[in-house]
Amino acid sequence: MAERELTYRGAINEALRQEMRRDESVFVMGEDIAGAPGRDDPEMVDAWGGVLKVTEGLINEFGPERVRDTPITESAFIGAGVGAAATGMRPVVELMFIGFMGVTLDQIINQAAKMRYMFGGKAKIPLVIRTTIGAGFRAAAQHSDATYSTFVHFPGLKVVAPATPYDAKGLLISAIRDDDPVIFCENKVLYDTTGPVPEEDYTVPLGPAGHPRDGADVTIVAISRMVSISLEAADRLAADGIEADVVDLRCLSPWDEDAIIGSIEKTGRLVVVDEDNPRCSMASDVAALAASRALGYLDAPVQMITAPHTPVPFSPPLEDYYVPKADAIVEAVRAIT
Amino acid sequence: MDLDRDKLLWIYRRMRQIREFENRLHEDFAAGLIPGFVHLYAGEEAIAVGVCAHLDDDDFITSTHRGHGHCIAKGVEINGMMAEIRGKAAGCCKGKGGSMHIADVDRGMLGANGIVGGGPPLACGAGLSGRIRGSRQATACFFGDGGSNQGTTAESLNLAAVWKLPVVFICENNRYAETTSTDYSIGGPDIAGRGTAFGMPGIVVDGQDVFAVYEAAGEAFRRARDGEGPTLLECQTYRYFGHFEGDEIKYRTRDEEAHYRARDCLEHFRSVVLDGELLEAEELDAIDREAETAIVDAVAFAESSPLPDPTECLDDVYVAY
Repeated sequence: MAERELTYRGAINEALRQEMRRDESVFVMGEDIAGAPGRDDPEMVDAWGGVLKVTEGLINEFGPERVRDTPITESAFIGAGVGAAATGMRPVVELMFIGFMGVTLDQIINQAAKMRYMFGGKAKIPLVIRTTIGAGFRAAAQHSDATYSTFVHFPGLKVVAPATPYDAKGLLISAIRDDDPVIFCENKVLYDTTGPVPEEDYTVPLGPAGHPRDGADVTIVAISRMVSISLEAADRLAADGIEADVVDLRCLSPWDEDAIIGSIEKTGRLVVVDEDNPRCSMASDVAALAASRALGYLDAPVQMITAPHTPVPFSPPLEDYYVPKADAIVEAVRAIT
Repeated sequence: MDLDRDKLLWIYRRMRQIREFENRLHEDFAAGLIPGFVHLYAGEEAIAVGVCAHLDDDDFITSTHRGHGHCIAKGVEINGMMAEIRGKAAGCCKGKGGSMHIADVDRGMLGANGIVGGGPPLACGAGLSGRIRGSRQATACFFGDGGSNQGTTAESLNLAAVWKLPVVFICENNRYAETTSTDYSIGGPDIAGRGTAFGMPGIVVDGQDVFAVYEAAGEAFRRARDGEGPTLLECQTYRYFGHFEGDEIKYRTRDEEAHYRARDCLEHFRSVVLDGELLEAEELDAIDREAETAIVDAVAFAESSPLPDPTECLDDVYVAY
């Protein structure tokens, strides 16, 4: 029997559903995650199912107590997630777009991230903050960032960014079962992509990188949507006889240093592909890792293919320019091979 | 008033412990024995104790940078607190939090907080947590007049109101946010009215009168536990010391300080229970001596505790990483 295919969106929905069935302490909340809260009209229930329909249908199975629409009040409900996590629950809170971190950052970086440490290890915060990243929707500067590196900077937080439906489900289940706060970054452009996803629940551990392509000539470390773009570039390079080793950095904190170093030892060349802005980024962090742990293996300068250091623009040709493309990866690889 | 003898004694004991604890820190800070910063609660004891008198061990509180009184009222062990404030390994947070992050989650004390307005969202979460479990747990959210002006506080008042969360918001209005008086910083006639605006009772309470606090908090927690939603109590009070120790307090007059010290909550309690013949002076005096001894013991405990091993810096960031 062929493996079942599911969208990235469907995989996340299924992970939430299965974990909510398994563990009564798991609940979800966020803005319009069902929609029309408080309306008695059954036609209105689940009016949206989430702004991008990721949580669709959950309210029908679990009810409004555990599928909790919030007012637009990110500081209060993200903080409520922290408080609920500190007092025995496993909240999965949706921050609609990662740019909205600006209005709630204190609750994430000063409360969630630091409580366990400040309290001498006597608190645990099993909180998941699901958020969306990524340009490509003509949604402009405040709804399109991929600024996960902000969270990677803070000790106490874990950060993941799955690239495939399989990893989206398995990583989300791991994040929900994890006893530390996890920022779970979903790329909007990937929601309709499909891939094999087992029906049963399963976990993908927080930490190890994925390895979607084996090659001996150049290492390409990519994150989230950049993985598929890197694989597209790798196919084109293969036609020229250049075999790329693609590392899917699906976990940003903790991260898999050994997978990166091991690949560089094998290939001697490194290209990092990241949709985030380049300064103090995952791309620069990977480059620093290579410089400190694998310089002796590098035969060429590290190449960083990232978004430019600008906000995400609106107009289609501007936004298309902003997002890193396979052409740039191919060009960068050719420059060092 | 439903205060039996045991409860009256409990209230006085806790208020006196807080006063002794803070007075001792005032002296020890001046003597250079305390690293960092401490914000003392002396003068405000009636609020923490009058509120926490309604709480069980499995209820929750969120606190502020001025959190020692909340800890003691909620039942956190004072030996561990004193060691924490000295930065010692035996501190209740192993010396990692200090005065500004002192906490004991096992006692439902979700932390002092170095961020003004940091606590109210957490209190909503603690309230939500009990609510989803179907328990009767309630949460007390302490914040100050300074915190009342933070957006997080307004957001949390609204969220608790629309979800009818079992949270009691207690604004400890001690008239000064650092150097800034409420005359300057508060729009509108009072802070309590902001509760009314969000659809909950907003009540001004004399924060120097523990009986008034106890009574107002009693009704607020009854509402909370019965599913009727939150209440905002604005308890008007005064801090005896500066914003933090070392503050020269150039922003208020000595006359004003004398006026409020003349309305001391411990003296008020004594006069009420002695005039009403509810308790004997001797038993109150015995509690005074007991509190003095307890604080001396706590200091001895803290001083005898070793400093943390420097590499302890690296632990407790994550449960697992």
